[in-house]
Amino acid sequence: MVTIALLGGVLLAADHIDAPAVTGPGSTSPNNDITDIYAFQSPADNNKMVFVLNTQGLLAPAATAAAKFGSNVMYEFNIDNTGDNVEDLVIQCLVQKGKMRVYGPVAAGTPGTISMVKTSGPLTEVAVTSYDAGSPIVGTNSNGITAFAGPRDDPFFFDLVRYKEIIAGTQTGFRNPGVDTFAGTNVMSIVVEVPKSLLGSATTINVWGETKSK
Amino acid sequence: MLYFNKFSLALVLGSALFLTSCDKDDDMPTDTFDISGTYTQNDQMARPAINTVFVGSARKNEFNTTVPSAMNAAFNAQFQSVLTGFGYTSNALGWDKATFAGALVTDVLNVKTNGTTTFFDGTNVLTGRALADDVIDTELLLIFGGPMGNANASLTSDNVNSNDKAFATSFPFLASPN
Repeated sequence: MVTIALLGGVLLAADHIDAPAVTGPGSTSPNNDITDIYAFQSPADNNKMVFVLNTQGLLAPAATAAAKFGSNVMYEFNIDNTGDNVEDLVIQCLVQKGKMRVYGPVAAGTPGTISMVKTSGPLTEVAVTSYDAGSPIVGTNSNGITAFAGPRDDPFFFDLVRYKEIIAGTQTGFRNPGVDTFAGTNVMSIVVEVPKSLLGSATTINVWGETKSK
Repeated sequence: MLYFNKFSLALVLGSALFLTSCDKDDDMPTDTFDISGTYTQNDQMARPAINTVFVGSARKNEFNTTVPSAMNAAFNAQFQSVLTGFGYTSNALGWDKATFAGALVTDVLNVKTNGTTTFFDGTNVLTGRALADDVIDTELLLIFGGPMGNANASLTSDNVNSNDKAFATSFPFLASPN
């Protein structure tokens, strides 16, 4: 049980409760905390790839209707298709006035932690789906890109409560069955589906998500 | 008359904007968007839990603003130190501590562009991340399960194996909000 003692203070939970700059007291950008990134072949079309960027974890249903994307935030998917872990393509998502615009995939100008909007690639626009909408609003464009922005059930699952008890030393292992701490909670989600032909020719790409603000 | 002139001007300007936007082969903007200025990084993420497990609160902000290509140089030693703290020797993939730290420290999702995309499905390893992937169990097993995957049995699964709501078969695939 040496491991348990050392777990404390290091392990917390996924990325749902992240760093001080994005969630802590005095944060200037509480909407920017990424909870999870997903990248997978579209279950509906083998020729397309789906990218998901979720933010604002552990949203209670009662708080979800009022949750908003940051209008000063860029939600960005970074894609490396040359194997050097430097972004070659970006998909930049902005949400303003109840709409999301998705710029790209487009060549990533100057890589790094500072970005400007790259307008030379495909543009996809979609209205933000509201909490009380009966069905998701889906935007498409002539390049075969599809986009969604709005609240969704958090797809992440984990017995975080038990986990915290383990690292606090009051339990020695997980329970069975476990209890999903994220059951019944929501996230503010951005989903973009892109034809693989727009991602280059590499057999493996490297993907990560970023939030940036101004 | 003044009103008429303003209206005419608006029409002309509106037509010009419309024509400009039609030069692109994309959907036509229907409203003005502020796309000016520079955006500075706040957060980044790829693999689940890596930042919180291996970085720790003192350097989280630094990790969140370190570009992936620089993560190995900046954080490899720390990742190995955390694995040492866990009593880590090897895992089911046969990775020693240095190999495992090296694989984890560059926080990107490796995604196959042809075929199955999954964090781990029993066969494919790190070829993407799908919604239903039990990523926590995969990480617990690789960290605590030892070379045979059978060590520390009470720590290698949280026994939550799927999401509470079914995923959709059509875009956007995530379930409706609660």
